Amino acid sequence: MVKDTKQAQCGLSVGLVEKKYFTFAEPPGLMQLESGAVLGPVTIAYETYGTLAPAKDNVILVLHALSGDSHAAGYYREGEAKPGWWDVMVGPGKGIDTNKYFVICSNILGSCMGTTGPSAANPKTGKPYGLDFPMVTIGDMVDAQKALLDFMGISRLVSVIGGSIGGMQVLEWSLRYPEMVASAIPLATTPRHSALAISFNEIARQAIMADPNWRRGNYYEGDLPRTGLAVARMIGHVTYLSDEALRRKFGRRLQDKSDFSFNFDADFQVESYLRYQGSKFVDRFDANSFLYITKAADYFDLRARYGQGSLIEAFAGAKASYLVVSYTSDWLYPTYQSKEMVKAMKKNGLDVSFCEIEADCGHDAFLIPNERVTTLVRGFLQRVSVNIGK
Amino acid sequence: MSQLTSENNIRFDLRLIASWIEPGAKVLDLGCGKGELLAYLQQTKGVIGIGIEHKEDNVSHCISHGLSVLQGDINEEVEDYPDNAFDYVILSQTLQQVYTPAKLIHELLRIGNKVVVSFPNFSHWRSRLHLLFTGYAPQTKELPYEWHDTPNIRVITMKDFRKFIREFGFVVCREAAINSSQTDRQGDVVKFLPNLRATYGIFLIGKK
Repeated sequence: MVKDTKQAQCGLSVGLVEKKYFTFAEPPGLMQLESGAVLGPVTIAYETYGTLAPAKDNVILVLHALSGDSHAAGYYREGEAKPGWWDVMVGPGKGIDTNKYFVICSNILGSCMGTTGPSAANPKTGKPYGLDFPMVTIGDMVDAQKALLDFMGISRLVSVIGGSIGGMQVLEWSLRYPEMVASAIPLATTPRHSALAISFNEIARQAIMADPNWRRGNYYEGDLPRTGLAVARMIGHVTYLSDEALRRKFGRRLQDKSDFSFNFDADFQVESYLRYQGSKFVDRFDANSFLYITKAADYFDLRARYGQGSLIEAFAGAKASYLVVSYTSDWLYPTYQSKEMVKAMKKNGLDVSFCEIEADCGHDAFLIPNERVTTLVRGFLQRVSVNIGK
Repeated sequence: MSQLTSENNIRFDLRLIASWIEPGAKVLDLGCGKGELLAYLQQTKGVIGIGIEHKEDNVSHCISHGLSVLQGDINEEVEDYPDNAFDYVILSQTLQQVYTPAKLIHELLRIGNKVVVSFPNFSHWRSRLHLLFTGYAPQTKELPYEWHDTPNIRVITMKDFRKFIREFGFVVCREAAINSSQTDRQGDVVKFLPNLRATYGIFLIGKK
């Protein structure tokens, strides 16, 4: 009974889902990248949930963050322990209700979860690209998603939604293809990285590049730069949490011991936690993808790309209704950065709602189940989808 | 939105404010709380409404119910809007909590064509008698706080407000004195000796 109630509150899962692939930019029609380079062929891994309406007017695009993938909701197999990364939000009756909306989530360009990235085979050599993979931007990731939507015959989105680097793509979508985007929900994100955010990314990248196994990105046939990538992930994890979350979760408690070891083993629980997170990550993520995606995030700057240095100018071309959400303890993308966007949207007369959610778990808060965010998203989507019908 | 409000359960003062708003107008509601007025205005007048509210749970309540609301401080948030961005700006029962009322009202008449201001009338006979007979600072249903824990840092009477508007070169286009009953849902408009008998004053202000 208790379980039933809980399930009713959280909504049900979309059930079994399947990862699909779409390939475009076959030579000679290569994909033009923002850096000036070209790339092709490009394969996009994606998943869909819900049913596409005959008019194709019920589509929501979910955009994932740094280490995410196309598997936003549901299960690949019966009895699988863990569902997709945003199963709390995407499903029947959930914040993004798959009974109403057709939800698409694709793996970003440069990643390693099925979409073309540095670990994919370079058609020229038949071996993984490594550093021969061209630098990609957030704009390029969006262009790849656009190619997928074109292929699916979808020209209008009820909403684009995502957190962190996913939120950057949300913002990019709303400015790059304003005619397509009816509403946009950037969560825990920023219109550009602060020096602080760039610093942490650079330290993480240096950790990877300092690993002797990295070999200038050419490691696919030998030992992987596991230590470097694990340290990079550890740095990331600290920036995703907060002083308060770390204090509450670990404090200065020791791991399986009553006194210090007086050596460099993991004495503190927090050390042990970070080591675990680091080593878990290397089993599923490619070090070069980490380099490329973090660099894309550092390059991302709406002011420079769309506003000649002005964020207000940047939003002049936007047409979407926005729901901007920030979290009180997010020190990676603090609330003031969301408020800057909100200000720019207001100055352009755009419809914008903004909520700063009280949460002590730092930047990661957007991925943690939170009834408040769910109801915000549900209510907002309801309103904008009614307006689309008008 | 229907969950937020309906004709019968909206506060009397808000219903009166709504009656002054032209259908289809663009409205900014400052300190919109749980969005009762905005929802009511959208339903009954088809307005395009935006709210500003500082409490997270109120903001979240509003957005969840399909309203367009921004979390923030009203003094700061109003600065971002261009001139004449709204037909009406509503400051309902918030003026008594504002640090720089003159500056704010100037700003509101910059971004809005008309401004609706409502506040608890401090010269109501109950307040007067309370002070006169008990010697303590008045506490009423409308202003229920002790002097040390009140958010209401301004003591305003209807007479004071009229003087203020005149002195700052604005015009009172319309005013109402109301007496709301215990439930807040019903009330009446006070015509006779309003400064003495009204619990709330409501003003529609415009530029000269």
